[in-house]
Parts: sequence; structure tokens; C-alpha cells
Amino acid sequence: MGDKDPEINRKRSRMGEKTVIILHSGDMDKVYSALIIANGALAMGMEASIYFTFWGLMRLKKGELDKGPLSKMNMLGLGRHMIKQRMDKANVASLERLMNDFKELGGKIIACEMTMEIMGLSKEELRTEWIDEWGAVGSYIQEARDANVTLFI
Amino acid sequence: MAEVEIDVRGQTCPVPLVECRKALKKASPGDLVIVKGTHPASRKEIPMACEAMGFEVLDIEDKEGGKEWEIKIRR
Repeated sequence: MGDKDPEINRKRSRMGEKTVIILHSGDMDKVYSALIIANGALAMGMEASIYFTFWGLMRLKKGELDKGPLSKMNMLGLGRHMIKQRMDKANVASLERLMNDFKELGGKIIACEMTMEIMGLSKEELRTEWIDEWGAVGSYIQEARDANVTLFI
Repeated sequence: MAEVEIDVRGQTCPVPLVECRKALKKASPGDLVIVKGTHPASRKEIPMACEAMGFEVLDIEDKEGGKEWEIKIRR
């Protein structure tokens, strides 16, 4: 199996690597972490998937991607507002842009069906154009069993 | 053989890396992709990404007294 040239084999194996992230949190800063890591993985030649569950799934509701609170020092939105201003000043990309880049580079999104049931969400309420698969724990495990990097955020 | 230039000066993590990947994806084999940026970590991470994907980095040049850099990549 494989090529005699070790350089070519190494490149081939790198291209097949995969990052799978569970996004359980709906906090703005953690959604940023997930999308930045996932975009980084794609940009470095890996495959990438994000499994949106629980509070994370709320961010897939129409118009809600950047509406999460800050995970710490939110202070009824004041802390969040300050961080937003600082992010603008540092020229940090919007979550909408990061999501569009993620999809353009072939990133996959899985939405948790049990969360939809618990939260009483219908597919029509979600950004279905981003969602590649609807699933449960089996979908995550199937996705992650051959992943090199898997994170719970 | 085409030459593509992408300007990510002033952009921060992960935009330079992502824009570089997008340009390489659109380019044809043999094309030259030139990335201009200012984000310090991307100066070393773009070559790391290129190496992992098997694209050749032809040149890394510092400009404006080290405030800017330019990376030339062969698709």
C-alpha cells in the first residue's frame, strides 16, 4: 500500500486528517472559539465538522448567531458590549463571516435533534442552509471515530 | 499560469490563514499565490499550512521594517 516516496505519503495522510468540535455552549466568545478553530483546521488542510447541541444549537436560529452572552463578566450585556467594541477595534471577523468561510471551505454542520425536541424548535426556525446533517450522539461518534482532534466547547 | 495576489494586511486570526486557503483552493496547479499581510502569527502559520497540504513556499519577505510580510506560494 502507498507510494514509495515518504514525502508523498506524509502529504496524503495529512490531507485526510479531521477536526470534530461539539459546540454545547451558546456563549458568544465560545462560538468564536469553535468557528476560529474549525476554520483554522480547514485552512491547514484538515476536514472539519461542528456538532451544535444544547445552548450551542440556539446560535443556529435565524438571526441568533452573534446574539449569545459573554461566558464571563457579561454584566447584563455591558461586558459583552465592551468586548464587542474591542473586537471591532482589533478587526476581528464577524461570526457570520467565519460561518460563511467555514461553509465555503467545505466545513460540515450537524444539528442535534434531541435539543430541537427539548427546546421545541422546528427546522424552519434554523439556518438550514448551513446544516448538512441532523443527528444524535451516534452521528457525533461516527464523525469523531476517525478524527485526530475532537473538542467539547 | 496565473498569479493571484491576496491582501490581508490589517486582518487578524484566522482571516489570513483562511483567505490563503480559499485562494489556493481556487487556483490551478502551477499558479502562484502571493499573500500580503501584517498578522505576526500568520507569517509562520501560512508556511506550516502550505507544507501540510503539499504546496511549495517559494519566498517569505519582510517589508516596511518588519511590519509587513509577503509569502509566495506555488499551487
